Amino acid sequence: MKIHLPNSAFLHNIDGFLKGFDPENPEILEISAHNSWVFVHPVAVSMIAALGLKVGKGNVSFEKSDSKTMPYFERMGLFRMLGLESGIIIEEHEESGRFKPLTQIRNSSEQSKFITDCIPLLHLEKEYQVQTIVYVLGELLRNVIEHAKSPNGAIVSAQYFKESNRISIGIADTGIGLRRSLSPSYSTKDNTEAIQLALWPGITGTTRRPGGTDENVGAGLFFIKSIARTNRDYFMIYSGDTMYKLHKAPPRKKFKLNIDPFKDKHALVEHLPNWNGTVVGIDITLDQTQEFDGLLRIFRTVWAEAVRERKSEKYISPNFI
Amino acid sequence: MTIINIFEKTGPFAENKDIAKEFRLNFIIPSIQRSEKVILNFDNVKVATQSFIHALISDVIQQKGRSVLNHIEFKSCNESIKAIIQIVASYVQESLDD
Repeated sequence: MKIHLPNSAFLHNIDGFLKGFDPENPEILEISAHNSWVFVHPVAVSMIAALGLKVGKGNVSFEKSDSKTMPYFERMGLFRMLGLESGIIIEEHEESGRFKPLTQIRNSSEQSKFITDCIPLLHLEKEYQVQTIVYVLGELLRNVIEHAKSPNGAIVSAQYFKESNRISIGIADTGIGLRRSLSPSYSTKDNTEAIQLALWPGITGTTRRPGGTDENVGAGLFFIKSIARTNRDYFMIYSGDTMYKLHKAPPRKKFKLNIDPFKDKHALVEHLPNWNGTVVGIDITLDQTQEFDGLLRIFRTVWAEAVRERKSEKYISPNFI
Repeated sequence: MTIINIFEKTGPFAENKDIAKEFRLNFIIPSIQRSEKVILNFDNVKVATQSFIHALISDVIQQKGRSVLNHIEFKSCNESIKAIIQIVASYVQESLDD
């Protein structure tokens, strides 16, 4: 496999980075980087680390680069996770505390520890900001642990960007992907349909019952997408050969929380290099973050609408002759 | 009466479904079966995810019917936790009609 870290890869322009991924020769990973500055979203770093763990230490190479951003990757723990020596010595300074380096999460205990450690590092000031970040991390990591069937679990990293006052989170796994995860309950014709269903409220691979099982109801991804929508931020999900990206919206523009993710303003990119697993990236702009309980009230209304819609599908119309 | 202090096991962030499942299987269901009132105390809990609340109470409502909510009290919930509990209680009850 080959992957290239370009000059810039954030959620608004992540497509180029994804298109540059070459999944051929899955037993090795060759990484290269732009030779000046590399500015990337944590999702790109999490993806590379997930691929590195999949091929195993000793099967990863990082092409020598003069990029001035290499210390960033050292701080993010990329070389450590890939089993490579960077030779870079980091001088700690205040800003170094404003990100959460790459972490591998394989079980509930590691998930809880990560979330607890993450909050002080990201310097969140307001209660509802903490609630939002905990919520996003909790649900996304749990999804991977329960549904991805990835031996390496989830690879997660997060960063606070001071200028835009936002937190970006990236989670990648190399598990079975959305289509196979949904397949026990829903057969889908392609990855596009699988993504649409995975983001639909009340859809889970574990059951078709509207109330879910004792442990799953299919609300997690819908909720995460709704948080991004309500805060007018980017959200992306990539599985198989398809990526769905929720577009950022102007802060004051009125919006509707849609049941169908394809009714939200979005981009859908198909026929991408195949990612065996699932990748999620999200931005949370802190000064746009809604009061969390307000968001939940909107969510409750939309959920009820979704349940009514699904129930009405079962109703039989009277036959008039 | 059984009082379950959520914070003691979860800390401020109630997101671990395995803990919710333990509460449900080891305390909530046995107490309901003994016809005891259950108090779920969320004092000091700042965040609870929908997954956590679902794993905590959905199966209890599905097994025992909606009237079981008359025997469970949710104590010291902040507004967000209240909203999550209402969401879960609503959709589980709607599913009972199927």
